[in-house]
Amino acid sequence: MSTIDEVTTAVGATGGGEPAGYVRGNLRFLLNEMRLVFFRRRNLLLLFVVVIFPLLIGIGLKLAAPASHGGEGGGGGPASGGAAFFNQLAGNGVFLTFIALSLLLILVLPVVIAVVSGDSVAGEAGYGTLRYLLAVPAGRTRLLAVKYLTIVAWGVAATFIVSAVALIVGVIFFPVGPVTLLSGTTVSLGAGLVRVLLVTIYVCAAMAALGAIGLAVSTFTEHAIGAIAAVMILVVASEVVDQIPQFASVAPYLPTHWWNSFDSLLRVPVDTTTMWHGLLSFGVYAAVFCAIAWARFTSGDVTS
Amino acid sequence: MTTTTGSPELAISSSGLTKRFRRQTAVDHIDLAVPKGSVYGFLGPNGSGKTTTIRMLLGLAYPTSGSAELLGVPMPGGAVSVLSRVGSLVEGPAFYPYLSGWDNLARYDSADQSASRKSAAARIGTALDRVGLTAAAKKRYRNYSLGMKQRLAIAAGLLRPRELIILDEPTNGLDPQGTREVRALVRQIAADGVTVFVSSHLLAEVEQVCSHVGVMRTGNLVFQGSLAELRRTSAPKISVHTADVPLAAKVFAKLGLADPVPGEDVITAELGDAEPERICADLVHAGVGVRGFSVESPSLEDLFVGLTGEGFDVDH
Repeated sequence: MSTIDEVTTAVGATGGGEPAGYVRGNLRFLLNEMRLVFFRRRNLLLLFVVVIFPLLIGIGLKLAAPASHGGEGGGGGPASGGAAFFNQLAGNGVFLTFIALSLLLILVLPVVIAVVSGDSVAGEAGYGTLRYLLAVPAGRTRLLAVKYLTIVAWGVAATFIVSAVALIVGVIFFPVGPVTLLSGTTVSLGAGLVRVLLVTIYVCAAMAALGAIGLAVSTFTEHAIGAIAAVMILVVASEVVDQIPQFASVAPYLPTHWWNSFDSLLRVPVDTTTMWHGLLSFGVYAAVFCAIAWARFTSGDVTS
Repeated sequence: MTTTTGSPELAISSSGLTKRFRRQTAVDHIDLAVPKGSVYGFLGPNGSGKTTTIRMLLGLAYPTSGSAELLGVPMPGGAVSVLSRVGSLVEGPAFYPYLSGWDNLARYDSADQSASRKSAAARIGTALDRVGLTAAAKKRYRNYSLGMKQRLAIAAGLLRPRELIILDEPTNGLDPQGTREVRALVRQIAADGVTVFVSSHLLAEVEQVCSHVGVMRTGNLVFQGSLAELRRTSAPKISVHTADVPLAAKVFAKLGLADPVPGEDVITAELGDAEPERICADLVHAGVGVRGFSVESPSLEDLFVGLTGEGFDVDH
């Protein structure tokens, strides 16, 4: 690549040490960004909250009066999925992961993603460090890519922490054994754990799409708080509209509509239609909002 | 992909560079020409378009029309390929308050695709040492004083050997010791052959350090050239301190000196082609008691104000 060669000659001529390779140079930036996000005190506190919630949910459910209905769950759409899990919990502690995920998906997980994604570009603009990063040069597209990959990694970390903590708590407090799925079939514990993994990955995809929305909003402002708030308002508005029967025709296109559809993975056979609808929604939202972020960021003046 | 098409002797060049906002033209068709190896002072009143120009040069803002080249590479298109060779300080320092000085520099260094990781620690250490921040390297940035923040920003510009350094008010907020250090640093850097582009209000500083100047006024480049050329645009004056001003004025009139300005105990006039020795001798012969006699070149401040206007009135 002639550009790299030119820089190499210039650096060599002025004695700046041997230049980094293409992959290593990008990896270094990505790792630095991840370190910045994962070790920032405010973000660590968020992860702590993410650990505490499933713990509290598990303890709370254990202490509450046990739901004595046996296996009445399964039902139609995503809205009734929550009730189904609660019934199954008494039978198997593995279900705590699904309960925790569906409860935290209402607000806690979105907040955790919104904080990091809303802060991604707006925070840099707010500190003024954005102009220096671009002058290094970090490269506008490269900076966005590093930011989005970090947001996705953050979402994966938060979601897996929820699942892991809930799984551990569920195993401790509730009986474990062969898992009876929502469709009534019973699978072995191992197969049940595989389902837990698939559900967690599905939710990670949902959070990656939300992260893209956050990244896009972040490129429009210099105020991180504003971006974070805007993302949360979008999430809440989407959830509210999703509940209104008059808007049923719009519902499948809302970003939050398919979040709870991971119950489609808890059936035998797997309800692939719903699952693919969900993944498609996430994919489209991620692609569209990443494109919006890229268009805005590469074409606008950096005034901060 | 980016070939050097510009003049090789110019570190920064622009052609008709313009930036228009909705109702205002901030930068109006300027043709910068910063020779390689020079120390170029970029002067102008607040609001004259200096910072906007610098932002366009660094690829942070996109020009409305016209073009600019940094080290021969067109900007902003060639930003990624040339900015590693350019250090900059724009509109004050900006760092992460929750990171230490060292970690802040390490972050900027990691964003540089062509910087080597192996030499990073050594280079950061050297840069900090050059600005005198080695002792404070591990302190959180939010605990830095203003002077330390400014110096860290300069250190960031020195993380790698650069061919061009763009400094926007580098001595802002520094105490006299700090100002002297920055001046010495700029001289050191320039002596290494690096082109230095300094935007400053401290005309005394500029006069001491710069070899070339460019003066902006309401978006236009009203003067560009060497400092010597700028001085030549205004005539030197003769200044005589004496108790007998009217008699001295008569001598001046006899010698044909233009624009005599009599004061209470001093009289000035344009030197023109006359020889100062002759004037002094004539004064003494005429019986004028000469207390003080000097030939004064106009200060940079006078030249600057002459080019950019007096007073607080904003032109636009």
